[in-house]
Amino acid sequence: MEIDVVTLSRLQFALTAMYHFLFVPLTLGLSILLAIMETTYVMTGRAIWRQMTKFWGTLFGINFVLGVATGLTMEFQFGMNWSYYSHYVGDIFGAPLAIEGLMAFFLEATFVGLFFFGWDKLTKLQHLVTTWAVALGTNFSALWILIANGWMQHPIGAAFNPQTMRMEVTNFYEVLFNPVAQAKFVHTVSAGYVTAAMFVLGVSAWYLLQGRHIELAKRSMAVAASFGLLGALSVVVLGDESGYSASEHQKMKLAVMEGMWHTEPAPAGFTVFGIPNQQKRETQYAIRVPYELGLIATRSLTEPVPGIVDLVDRTKLDVAKGIKAYDALMTIRAAKGQKIDLTAKNAFEENGRYLGYAYLLKRYIEDPRKATPDIIEKAAWDTVPTVWPMFWSFRLMVGLGFYFILFTGAFFYLASTGRLDKYRWLLRLAVYSIPLPWIAAELGWFVAEYGRQPWAIEGVLPTAIAVSHLGIWEVAITMAGFVAFYTVLLIIEMSLMLKAIKAGPQPDKSADASVRGRIQTVPAE
Amino acid sequence: MILFELIDYGTLKVIWWVLLGVLLIGFAATDGFDMGVATLLPFVAKTDVERRVAINTIGPVWEGNQVWFILGGGAIFAAWPPLYAVSFSGFYLAMFVVLAALILRPVGFKYRSKKPDLKWRRNWDIALFVGGFVPALIFGVAVGNILQGVPFRLNEDLRTLYEGTFFGLLNPFALLCGLLSVAMLTMHGGAWLTVKSGGIVAERARRYGSYAAVATILLFAINGIVLWLAVKGYRIVDGVSPNMPSNPLFKTVTRDGASWFSNYSTYPWMTIAPALGFAGAAGAFIGLRGKSELLTLLCSKVSVLGIISTVGLSMFPIILPSSIDPKSSLTVWDSASSHATLFNMLVATVIFLPIVLAYTAWVYRVLWGKIDERTIQREQETMY
Repeated sequence: MEIDVVTLSRLQFALTAMYHFLFVPLTLGLSILLAIMETTYVMTGRAIWRQMTKFWGTLFGINFVLGVATGLTMEFQFGMNWSYYSHYVGDIFGAPLAIEGLMAFFLEATFVGLFFFGWDKLTKLQHLVTTWAVALGTNFSALWILIANGWMQHPIGAAFNPQTMRMEVTNFYEVLFNPVAQAKFVHTVSAGYVTAAMFVLGVSAWYLLQGRHIELAKRSMAVAASFGLLGALSVVVLGDESGYSASEHQKMKLAVMEGMWHTEPAPAGFTVFGIPNQQKRETQYAIRVPYELGLIATRSLTEPVPGIVDLVDRTKLDVAKGIKAYDALMTIRAAKGQKIDLTAKNAFEENGRYLGYAYLLKRYIEDPRKATPDIIEKAAWDTVPTVWPMFWSFRLMVGLGFYFILFTGAFFYLASTGRLDKYRWLLRLAVYSIPLPWIAAELGWFVAEYGRQPWAIEGVLPTAIAVSHLGIWEVAITMAGFVAFYTVLLIIEMSLMLKAIKAGPQPDKSADASVRGRIQTVPAE
Repeated sequence: MILFELIDYGTLKVIWWVLLGVLLIGFAATDGFDMGVATLLPFVAKTDVERRVAINTIGPVWEGNQVWFILGGGAIFAAWPPLYAVSFSGFYLAMFVVLAALILRPVGFKYRSKKPDLKWRRNWDIALFVGGFVPALIFGVAVGNILQGVPFRLNEDLRTLYEGTFFGLLNPFALLCGLLSVAMLTMHGGAWLTVKSGGIVAERARRYGSYAAVATILLFAINGIVLWLAVKGYRIVDGVSPNMPSNPLFKTVTRDGASWFSNYSTYPWMTIAPALGFAGAAGAFIGLRGKSELLTLLCSKVSVLGIISTVGLSMFPIILPSSIDPKSSLTVWDSASSHATLFNMLVATVIFLPIVLAYTAWVYRVLWGKIDERTIQREQETMY
């Protein structure tokens, strides 16, 4: 891989986004768990639930600030590193980002201060509302950012305007209710719920192994196991829904995830194991489960799932239409907003939506109209991401998903039968499983975004066209800066997390002044 | 009829130009005092407890305030995509420095009190100071550069080609604007500290805040004079109309010696903005000396509003002039989003902004009250 501004900018975006996504899933899930715990406190009046809310709240806070800090970069990075992208799709893509700020960030950020500092200033109910506001705010923010991301995967409700040289919204409703965005939203927040559940289970299991804070740990585990089981079921089912929508809108991504080079007769099988070979264009040593992929991807037994080679052939046709669109656009542009040639206008209306495919040729040739069949062939093959990382990331993620169902299911069963501390090996496994949801989440991000390459906006704008006009050193400096800076902060964060976990929950001071004369010891349930 | 045609495209552009100002002023009026407090931190607070007093005056609210900044980014992206594309890629390294400094803040607030170790805390104090002072300075420097024109051009594809350097941004006039920005936000931070803190911290804040208020008045005047004498303004020659499509290359712009002050003779009412800038700072000075706290904060906010509005009104309808290719300049008429997007975003703003303002006001009310050394000692565990 040659190192150029495009590659470095992509790497920088991937790194900053993946760092950011180390903190986000836990925030998404833990905020809801806090709200559930505090709701239980308000409903039952038992002080231990308040203590739980405060304890997990402390860990939430340490994690939350880094989500905020790394999120700052995300909001401005499009303009900094992807200025042509920002110009080209800002009309559509900017709106959900702005609404995210208005509707979600204000809500979570305004109330999160009150969550920590308002315990003595608010009534029980007011504080509960505050906690729910934080939880809602974080989850709304996921909704809006995934509406934006969903549009990158499946850009509906927009069209190219030759006058302004950019995509403009034609149907805002379609952008908001993009089916890809909806599936992604539920899949992503569910992944966050699983992350928080596995985190709470792991930390609590450690307390049980140590014989500390038993009551707090057991109650936390009971909540986390049920919440996590629901999340894990949802993440897999809705992940399946994502697969279905990928098959509709991003056929290449699906074919690459499957390492499926040739279209198979319906219903297609699912490859459980295999070694994809990009040169030979085949997946070797494949072990397959019949029918399954056909069912996931098409929800039918008769519809075929197209393979990579056939999709590339279709792409060549799209490139040809793209060249026509580009030709028409040049004529329109030359008129500089004055009288426009009618033939060109009609040609653009017919082929305009393939314009992005002409931009794929820019990697090889300045003027796409001069492309030879050879160059078109190369550009069409550029639409195939490297298969093996996709193939394996996807399988690992799915495997982890099923593990989370089993694992949270097991703890759910133990919690319901009151035997949470019976199997010490299971508790140990819970501690070691803490990192797994993070791995699954990062793999999921990778599959979704690497699988979209070479497009920044699927079928509309190639990533290579989307970058800013920057020097390679500028990008290198900021990337080195962000990575070094984030790594230091991550290390500090983890050490503070461990310190807070080791210190354990604070004894609930107000329990002695105990509100309605409750005794200091925790009442049995 | 399509819904968005309810409001004419040109009108929407002006509304969004005003809202851009509202966002910047909202940011400076709220997060501005957070940056001011952080800048004042080494001066008003010497001991650990004093530092904690100062930090905790903004501890519960800075996070919500910072959203004004994030929303500013999002709204520029949504309503003025070319401005978002040109400014952040153009001011690339400066923007990186701002982000790095701002990232220090959340961590600084949250992590500082997690360990009793004084060295640990002192390091975070430095981080907090940097997180306040550096962005305050660079925002001003950026405005100073915008007033002089920024070296970028747009090619036929409307791709941004920026030809300046990072050190080119640090020219004398821009640095003067940077100092004004620091002085203004420091005054604002001082005003906030007198309202929210007690004891020695508040006393020192009164002193340093009043210095900053004087500096604000002087620098605002000096900047005005330099702008008048040494900085040439830009003027649209022809090729624009309120309802035109957003393509900056359709127009012509010159820099023929007309100054940025010409708007004030065309629209005399605009002089109210610089007047408020001066009057607010003077009021803040009197308030800081005379110990009427709420008036001080209000005056300081008025000054912030006046100074930022002055910049916007002087340049209207130009938003981001290009020094090397004036026709590439971004203006209100040719750099906005589409008619539909401006309308949709306006609907979202009209619905959500009042809600945001309402609950923000409630949160400030709940958190009302002074913080002093006793508060910190009483709430050792929960305070930052």
